[in-house]
Amino acid sequence: MVQFNLPSNSKIKKGQYYKDKTGSKNIRKVNIYRWDPSKNENPRIDTYEVDMDNCSSKVLDILNKIKNEIDPSIAYRRSCAHGVCGSCAMNMNGKNGLACTKSHSELDGDIDIYPLPHLKVLKDLIGDLSTLYKQYESVEPWLKTTKINDKENIQTKEDRAKLDGLYECIMCACCSTSCPSYWWNGEKYLGPAVLLQAYRWIIDSRDEDRKERLKKVADELKLYRCHTILNCTNACPKGLNPAKAIAEIKKMLATA
Amino acid sequence: MSSYKIIDHEYDVVVLGAGGSGLRAAVGLSEAGLKTACVSKVFPTRSHTSAAQGGISAALGNMGEDDWRWHMYDTVKGADWLGDQDSIEYLCKEAPAAVLELEKYGVPFSRTEDGKIYQRPFGGMTKNYGNETVQRTCAAADRTGHAILHTLYGQALKHNTEFFIEYFALDLIMKDGACKGLIAWNLNDGTIHRFRSHITIIATGGYGKVYYSATSAHTCTGDGNAMVLRAGLPLQDMEFVQFHPTGIYGHGTLISEGVRGEGGYLVNSKGERFMERYAPKAKDLASRDVVSRSIAVEINEGRGIGKEQDHVHLHIDHLDPKVIEERLPGISEASKLFANVDVTKEPIPVVPTVHYNMGGIPTNYKAEVLTVNGSEKTVPGLMAIGEAACVSVHGANRLGSNSLIDLVVFGRAAAKRAAELVKPGMIHDEIDKSETDRCLDRFDKLRNSQGSNPTSELRLSMQKTMQSKCAVFRSEKTLKEGVDEIRKPFEGMESLSVKDKSLIFNTDLVETLEFDNLIRQAITTMDSAYHRKESRGAHAREDFPKRDDENYMQHTLSWCNGSKTKINYRPVHRSTLTNDVQYFPPQERVY
Repeated sequence: MVQFNLPSNSKIKKGQYYKDKTGSKNIRKVNIYRWDPSKNENPRIDTYEVDMDNCSSKVLDILNKIKNEIDPSIAYRRSCAHGVCGSCAMNMNGKNGLACTKSHSELDGDIDIYPLPHLKVLKDLIGDLSTLYKQYESVEPWLKTTKINDKENIQTKEDRAKLDGLYECIMCACCSTSCPSYWWNGEKYLGPAVLLQAYRWIIDSRDEDRKERLKKVADELKLYRCHTILNCTNACPKGLNPAKAIAEIKKMLATA
Repeated sequence: MSSYKIIDHEYDVVVLGAGGSGLRAAVGLSEAGLKTACVSKVFPTRSHTSAAQGGISAALGNMGEDDWRWHMYDTVKGADWLGDQDSIEYLCKEAPAAVLELEKYGVPFSRTEDGKIYQRPFGGMTKNYGNETVQRTCAAADRTGHAILHTLYGQALKHNTEFFIEYFALDLIMKDGACKGLIAWNLNDGTIHRFRSHITIIATGGYGKVYYSATSAHTCTGDGNAMVLRAGLPLQDMEFVQFHPTGIYGHGTLISEGVRGEGGYLVNSKGERFMERYAPKAKDLASRDVVSRSIAVEINEGRGIGKEQDHVHLHIDHLDPKVIEERLPGISEASKLFANVDVTKEPIPVVPTVHYNMGGIPTNYKAEVLTVNGSEKTVPGLMAIGEAACVSVHGANRLGSNSLIDLVVFGRAAAKRAAELVKPGMIHDEIDKSETDRCLDRFDKLRNSQGSNPTSELRLSMQKTMQSKCAVFRSEKTLKEGVDEIRKPFEGMESLSVKDKSLIFNTDLVETLEFDNLIRQAITTMDSAYHRKESRGAHAREDFPKRDDENYMQHTLSWCNGSKTKINYRPVHRSTLTNDVQYFPPQERVY
């Protein structure tokens, strides 16, 4: 059996332990992945004792509490705090999600917070999404139409309904970074987030470029690295179904 | 000062901010062939435009007769006659074309039976100069902002706009009263970037985070506004802060006005539909300042709901679940997540929550920044758009769905004006090193703060002061206390503590820079509110309950140097842009 080992500078060490100073009787241990690119040190797990009697309900509230009251150096992205901007995607107790919509009461035991899996880490919980963004650009996410007039395109309610479950995507990357196939072939396989977006434009009745769009994704690596593992659908914090979108693209290609 | 690696760039135009207005401007500039950089502290689709729910106003007339002049009247009245009517004319007249353009870009608008863009009723939007409700607000379910933002980002990609993402802007580069670009810190690698440009367009949004409870994102810190103050230029009408009537109680998450547009209504602890008393005609669809004040009065007079009697209920449980599912799916999700409420069965607990800044960087309708020097004059090289700007189309109170239209109409106007002023490839001025040094001195000083006051504590103190002293109702007493109290967190910066000294994704330092930006705006807001001794729109003084057109039909201008402010006024524009419409003289404002 082949043995795989992490390179020595990637091994995660035990970090600092921040004991509660409030005297709270309701403590939860929160373990957070830390890595600072400006220090020549291995990543570590810092542990914080958090007073849950004075903490709001979401995981993001825990992070903000730690940053405001215990350790201001911890780095993570956050913005809207209600699940529409997609900034605070991370891995909580082994599952990807948005820290701002994930209730900590749904997590058992100590809380483990890691960056989204399999991304290059920039610092602490901040992952590098630039590859995914380039892939998004590659599906040309804009309406292609030759109609030039000053009236709106007419779209029936039924045709518009086909975009439901697609246009709501917030590009948080929870799905793509939960996909083992994307982990192995992330450079070439477009992954569920981007394929969902590709399908959003393929299926838009106003778009005149459907054939070309399909042709562009019909590729061994870009599309067919999806092996219907369905981690993506399971991970989506918005309740969307990227796996279904990918299946629809495959079906369109098979029946074209 | 430690030495920083500085990287220089030259662009025809630099847009700061990549929300709805910044992206729309960037698209127009790229189309015009200008070399354009778009600098943003967050990835474009993370911008706060994504949180706009209910819709974007335009008199398309898809759902009954409409006229842009009616839209203009509603906006003038909504603004309580503090808006500049030339700009409002421009906004409302250009609105239909701007929305159709968005549709062409690919925005997935909801549709009518005949396949046109769906429009819903919204607060203050009426037919025939205030006569009955009109359906003017174009919607993509209750995710209109999200849909527009993602679509505009796609357009910017189509036009190969150059993005500088996760760059935190520090200061403008000024020379002889003109703007020559800006300096930003690249969070990804810690380098400092100097962008020289013929025009800098500020599109950095609002500064809701000066308050403790706001629907605003954590990133809404008005960075561009503060850069303008540091450049020695004034901000305008900062006392006008919109409280949205329906933020989720305890959490502050926005519940769209579209909910009331679709038939939702408010009740107090006695089960009364109290809006009928305050706005007999418009009821729950009166403008936001009116509804927020009514809720505040209900709560103050003991008719609030809950153990503390400190909120009211918003009902939509009488609506057809199918309508809720089709038109209000986002607020159903938010209510479940943040109030644990099933909207088809139970009411949503809501309370007025800080939502929007009518004030900001003064501009004309071409988005050129104004200052005052004897008479009104523009600041060469500087423009502002979106919530950061004060055009002023929203005056003392913005109507719901007028902000998204403001973004695209003036984003487009800025690009047009810039294309008139700048020709591709014009030579850049030399800029003195002293500007860069001044900017980096501040940066370096904050970064190396070794004091005892954590940024989070100073921010909390600022937010609590704003929340208690500059709220829905204000008075001489609360504002006087506020004027003194709000300076304490500023003075606290003398002994600031910043623990993280690194340069890559140092979010401790980012939050500190943001606080430094916020506190200047908090001070100008408080001082502007103190000096306006009348009630108008969102600025309600208990001691001066009437509007005073004789003395205060003027825009407040506030300069800020350290914690010292200077307050001055400039007259509201009392004429329209063209003869297509007549000036609407001030009237009593009743809904």
